Amino acid sequence: MAETTLTDSSQLDRPQGWRGIAADWASDQRAFKNVSWGKAMMWIFLLSDTFIFGCFLLSYMTARMSTRVPWPNPSKVFALHIGGSEVPLILIAIMTFVLISSSGTMAMAVNFGYRRDRRKTAILMLLTAALGATFVGMQAFEWTKLITEGVRPWGNPWGAAQFGSCFFMITGFHGTHVTIGVIFLIIVARKVWRGDYDIGRPGFFTSRRGHYENVEIMGLYWHFVDLVWVFIFAFFYLW
Amino acid sequence: MAEATANGLGQQALHSTHDAATAGKSDTHQEHPIKLYLVVWVWLFILSACSYMVDYFGLHGYLRWSLILIFMMLKAGLIVAVFMHMAWERLAMMYAIILPPILVLVFVAMMVFEADYTLLTRIAFFGPGP
Repeated sequence: MAETTLTDSSQLDRPQGWRGIAADWASDQRAFKNVSWGKAMMWIFLLSDTFIFGCFLLSYMTARMSTRVPWPNPSKVFALHIGGSEVPLILIAIMTFVLISSSGTMAMAVNFGYRRDRRKTAILMLLTAALGATFVGMQAFEWTKLITEGVRPWGNPWGAAQFGSCFFMITGFHGTHVTIGVIFLIIVARKVWRGDYDIGRPGFFTSRRGHYENVEIMGLYWHFVDLVWVFIFAFFYLW
Repeated sequence: MAEATANGLGQQALHSTHDAATAGKSDTHQEHPIKLYLVVWVWLFILSACSYMVDYFGLHGYLRWSLILIFMMLKAGLIVAVFMHMAWERLAMMYAIILPPILVLVFVAMMVFEADYTLLTRIAFFGPGP
């Protein structure tokens, strides 16, 4: 039960394809055969979070489509002066690369976790946390810059008033997710470093024994944060 | 868990021939080769650079929107499939997680009509925008 590291479904002695769906969801059994509850619950939480961010982006779409006033051009709003010339959207591009890099290091951390390489796992998780903190720092810089330029939730100097409210709402909520992720990354990295998952030490809150799968569950959350940024980048900054 | 296994065993018996055919096809468990992650990582960088280029070169209209959407879907697909290991999950899991967000598109369609109607009434009552 605990050793649910068998992710490749072709290994499982169960029917595949549509027959597999019917068989897995049939009554009086657990639907997710080779997925532990921790992982299934994280997926279901991420699904609900998808709806939250989906609603934010939807309300942004509705506000932008229904206003008579022209929408401010994000390419110009988020441009930076570098070497005397305006580089469009450069800060956002760097933030995107930082977050993708952190996703890559997280994927590596999960991999080394399953190889029981405590040192590399912990270091890669801390690197992920550092990249995440960098992202939040750059976001704080971006907020400061926009606020000093006069962007408020109720108006801005360049166009439709809804721009500010959408911006602060969407990026603020995403930044909160990144911050929470950084905190949990540090907590899990400490557990890995101490060898909690090797000796099965009980967690301080749930007093349940952890496994290296916890690193993968943490990774699911972190990749989701990156995933949400992909959509925000496309719809809010590029559109 | 015990009942679940017992239940599963009955079905295993039903599909034993099928299983024999698929068993041993792949011996991966949770660890996938590091090279795979690195390749996906590089691709995510390339795709992000491409979507940034869309803005840098100032493409407009349907070309811009379709390129943005294509790069976005490719990036999201790579992250979910490989980094989040969804590609190796059973279909029951994939459909439970991926199908509901796709249904949000119905909500999008509703809000497109709603926003159009709001814009129409605003233009009718307040005149075209400044």
